[in-house]
Amino acid sequence: MQAKTILKVATKSIMKARMRSLLTALGIIIGVAAVVVMVAIGDGAQLKVEQQIASLGSNLIIITPGASNTGGVRGGAGTFNRFTMDDVEKLKTESTLAKSISPVISARGQVIGGIGNWFTIIQGVSPDYIDIRSWGLESGEFFTDRDVMARSKVCVIGSEIKKNLFPNDDPIGQQIRIRNVPFKIIGVLKEKGQTAVGTSNDDVILAPSRTVLDRLSGGRFISSIQVSAINNDKITAAIAELKSLMRESHKLFQGEDDDFTIRDQSDLTEAATETSRILTILLASVAGVSLIVGGIGIMNIMLVSVTERTREIGIRLSIGARSSDILIQFLTEAIVLSLSGGIIGVALSFLIAYILNNYTDQSAYIKPQIIMIAFGFAGAIGIFFGFYPARKASALNPIDALRYE
Amino acid sequence: MEIETAAQDLEEDFNREIILENLIIKTVNLSKTYKVGDIDVPALKHVNINVEPGEFVAIMGASGSGKSTLMNLLGCLDMPTAGDYFLDGQNTSKMSKNEYAQIRNQKIGFVFQGFNLLPRTTALENVELPLMYDRSGKTINQEKMAIAALERVGLGDRMHHIPSQLSGGQQQRVALARALVNEPSLILADEPTGNLDSRTSVEVFHLFQQLNDEGITIVMVTHERDFAAFAKRIIEMRDGRVIKDYEIKDRLNAETELQKILSEAIIDD
Ligand SMILES: Nc1ncnc2c1ncn2[C@@H]1O[C@H](COP(=O)(O)OP(=O)(O)OP(=O)(O)O)[C@@H](O)[C@H]1O
Ligand SMILES: [Mg+2]
Repeated sequence: MQAKTILKVATKSIMKARMRSLLTALGIIIGVAAVVVMVAIGDGAQLKVEQQIASLGSNLIIITPGASNTGGVRGGAGTFNRFTMDDVEKLKTESTLAKSISPVISARGQVIGGIGNWFTIIQGVSPDYIDIRSWGLESGEFFTDRDVMARSKVCVIGSEIKKNLFPNDDPIGQQIRIRNVPFKIIGVLKEKGQTAVGTSNDDVILAPSRTVLDRLSGGRFISSIQVSAINNDKITAAIAELKSLMRESHKLFQGEDDDFTIRDQSDLTEAATETSRILTILLASVAGVSLIVGGIGIMNIMLVSVTERTREIGIRLSIGARSSDILIQFLTEAIVLSLSGGIIGVALSFLIAYILNNYTDQSAYIKPQIIMIAFGFAGAIGIFFGFYPARKASALNPIDALRYE
Repeated sequence: MEIETAAQDLEEDFNREIILENLIIKTVNLSKTYKVGDIDVPALKHVNINVEPGEFVAIMGASGSGKSTLMNLLGCLDMPTAGDYFLDGQNTSKMSKNEYAQIRNQKIGFVFQGFNLLPRTTALENVELPLMYDRSGKTINQEKMAIAALERVGLGDRMHHIPSQLSGGQQQRVALARALVNEPSLILADEPTGNLDSRTSVEVFHLFQQLNDEGITIVMVTHERDFAAFAKRIIEMRDGRVIKDYEIKDRLNAETELQKILSEAIIDD
């Protein structure tokens, strides 16, 4: 038979047994859609975490005081060398793989201004900081190196601060008192959203590092040094370089442990994605179960119709069809059904993902390989159960196929 | 050794002879034994029949005498357990499954008692079915040929009806059109009117007689002696064997019988 005839016979046959075809396709549709959506929800959650970590800034490397806690109990706070501006200067002048370097001096305190007061975090940073964190300004401008050297009392506020203290008017140019020290607001940061652990990135005030160090932290030390590598490929090399520079700066002997810890995004990502990975596995197993249930549904429908189909095969054989004609017809039918069911299932899952992404808090991200897996699996079930009984029947004598009950 | 060769020679002579005989059907010790579990059920025992082209044979016999078994073998729907079946001079027992399919498609039109039409499929599509599996290349316009076959059995006005929308007689005529569409030289019918009332049966036999007059060989099974009288020859069977084989002397004409039935119906009214 010609391909055209085969396809015609198969589609006719599908259309003639509408209910059976619909139920079979439904099994595949539900199986595919369930798997794709479930996995998409898991992947969506994971993607969200990754995006949040990416929002920390590209190529970010964070150096914190104290050894990493791998070696058991370390000396408590105060027994290790704190970071000083000298460390920062050394890195700035000698590092070749760091694009931008900024100290971060954190202080907490009461802020008074605008319509009231607000308890928040004040961070002393260098002008490079917004580049390291790939942050942008909503309005105004960021302070300069000159402001840092002059210990100017200027600051840039996060969107959360603006919301709480200056809900109605423009904060630029206004005075606020941070721990009773007056600061002039020169800029407002773009909204950044939540951190990976759920706190707000925007509840923060940034001020020149030396200003904060002198005026607010009361001689406190630098809490961390944040660095962006010149590019993504150079992160490992940059970490090695920073490590040796820091060891030099802290005058550590050969063999002596580091008194600081260097982490990059991959370390942060790993920890944060762990939970979402568990979620993905959980959802995927639920999806797997629905795929199996869908498969059993398909199997049932196919087996129930086997008597009718065997008689049909008997009729076709008795008027001169070859076994191969029958096999090709049934295989084509099964493929057409599985394929259209699969396509509808994928379309449905895109629709559900769209609804989830746009009308709920849940985010769903459909990976192409999941589509392929779901499609392939549901298709295999559909084809197997459509084809296998036909294979058996087409091997019968025509008369035995006609008599089958 | 010698005996074997002699036997082979004999067989070859025998085959040649059959070809020379110009028979459409020749069976040689055709036997069929069904296996039901461990029990052997011999349904057909050493049947030898010859049918010449243009004959119209009725097979008769009690229920279980092996009529259907024989028909299925003649129709290449089943395989014998022993013996040979020569169709048009070809020994079918040496054929492959695909050659069997080819024969069913090209040489034989089979009509079943239970019609065996595809459900939910129009008369036209049912009749087109054998043409779809026609590998001879003679099919040029399937639909045209199917319409012609349906018109031949008087169903030109029911082409787009599905089986459930047709009477039993009409369904059997669709089945007959399907059997005819590939222009076979042999029509086999196993109790073709078994599910029909007597008037419709006579109508079907009228069709058979017409086809036979056109030169098509017909072998059919029937239970009723009245209907067997429409044929030219009767083969009687019992317990899987042929017990009688004779020509019909006063053959009935289905058209005349039909006229009788019609006029009786008018008198009844
Ligand atoms: N598929 C089968 N399996 C086992 N035995 C069978 C099978 N078909 C027929 N038989 C047996 O073979 C014998 C002949 O059956 P067959 O159907 O040929 O009879 P028949 O002459 O056509 O009868 P009827 O007039 O009732 O149709 C019977 O004894 C029957 O039980
Ligand atoms: Mg019978």
